[in-house]
Amino acid sequence: MQLLAFIIFSSSLCADEPYDALLDSMTDKNFVTVERLKQDELQEFCSQPRTASVDEARAAELRAAALSDVPIPSGENYLGDWQLGEKVASNGRGLQYSDDPEQENGGNCYACHQLDPSEVAYGNLGPSLSGYGARGQSIVMLQYTWTKLWNTHAYNICSHMPRFGAAGILTEQQLRDVMAFLFDPNSPVNRSQP
Amino acid sequence: MNNGFISGIFAVFIGLWSATLLSDTEGVFDQYRDLLGDDNPAIFVIFDGEEIWYTPAGPKSVSLEQCDLGLGPGVVEGAYAQLPRYFADVDRVQDVEARLEYCMTQLQGLTPDEVHEKPYSLRGDLGTELEALVAWIADQSSGLAIAPGQAHAKERATYALGENLFYYRAGPHDFSCATCHEQTGRRIRLQALPNLTTHQGAAEAYSSWPAYRISQGIVRTMGWRMRDCMRQQRMPELMMGSQASVALQTYLAVNGAGASMTAPGLKR
Repeated sequence: MQLLAFIIFSSSLCADEPYDALLDSMTDKNFVTVERLKQDELQEFCSQPRTASVDEARAAELRAAALSDVPIPSGENYLGDWQLGEKVASNGRGLQYSDDPEQENGGNCYACHQLDPSEVAYGNLGPSLSGYGARGQSIVMLQYTWTKLWNTHAYNICSHMPRFGAAGILTEQQLRDVMAFLFDPNSPVNRSQP
Repeated sequence: MNNGFISGIFAVFIGLWSATLLSDTEGVFDQYRDLLGDDNPAIFVIFDGEEIWYTPAGPKSVSLEQCDLGLGPGVVEGAYAQLPRYFADVDRVQDVEARLEYCMTQLQGLTPDEVHEKPYSLRGDLGTELEALVAWIADQSSGLAIAPGQAHAKERATYALGENLFYYRAGPHDFSCATCHEQTGRRIRLQALPNLTTHQGAAEAYSSWPAYRISQGIVRTMGWRMRDCMRQQRMPELMMGSQASVALQTYLAVNGAGASMTAPGLKR
């Protein structure tokens, strides 16, 4: 009897589950399909309202899993071309159904971060990264930053930032270029404030 | 006010815009609003919407005059402010767009496919009938308090679903509505972002849609706003009047309840 009640209860709740509601409410558009509505375990864990209590053990598990999956760039070469990286940082296109899938994706860094201090159109969802290179180019700094770009959850579980490497938004080469934009002393990110 | 006046204003606006684009984007839109005073180009769309409401259409060639938006057949004044709400005839919660679809299919004999073919304008279009209808219906609630239904169990379940959808992260970028809209004082590039988890943020956002989008020259509805946010979240296309669209709007309307409707507003 209890089991029956449980089945009836859960099936009546079913239509109000977010995934089912979204599947029922959305249609494929251009190259974007409803496959995207499925959550991986990290997305599922990070979809709790802010007021919900956090399962610390699970958080630690997911953080460790994220960290263990971050590759070292080939040849341990972390830094590419800052000028190309600047383009990646400025480009907000990519993976929206209105975007051209033939074009390379942008990182859209300026949507959320200040970088080159002379660019006034920057967002503030994330911290300012102006002068980022002042911290130097030690292997610890390079690895930390590479990891943050590849999968932010390795350090900051449920951060708002996309997993640019792990989710395949940017290529390894694009990430190296963004790294150079952050670290290179000649990059405008590291120019003194105007 | 005539079209010459509008284009004159627009030319002034473009001049102001190009002069100050990077320094103060919001400021120039404020200047444009000041130039218009109490005038809003949406007024023409509102007139269109009223005319469409009373014009026989569809295979059955009847008007929408008997459409029940929640306050009884044909009662438009005040109806928008009390949406989304539960409708016994369909046993579900509907927003204005889902309700219009119901009336167009039931009263006028249109098919759902016909209603869904192009509910919202594409860039460069001059506006759809749905946009005009929603503009007029919303205008008939201007100044009234946002008061969505929350007495019925399905209305409360719809709010709960809306809250869960607000925090639902998915897609290649892991975005949810909360990514951009659960903090106060934030912006993307120069675009200010309302905190939709607070009464004030939700009230400011909800009360101002539908809105005349200056940069697009058309009236956009709240349903379109939901669809376009989903596009920016890298999600597939959100259908007008769908369960998720209604639930998200319910979440916003309830969070903003009590504030006065100001729609159709003017936006950048």
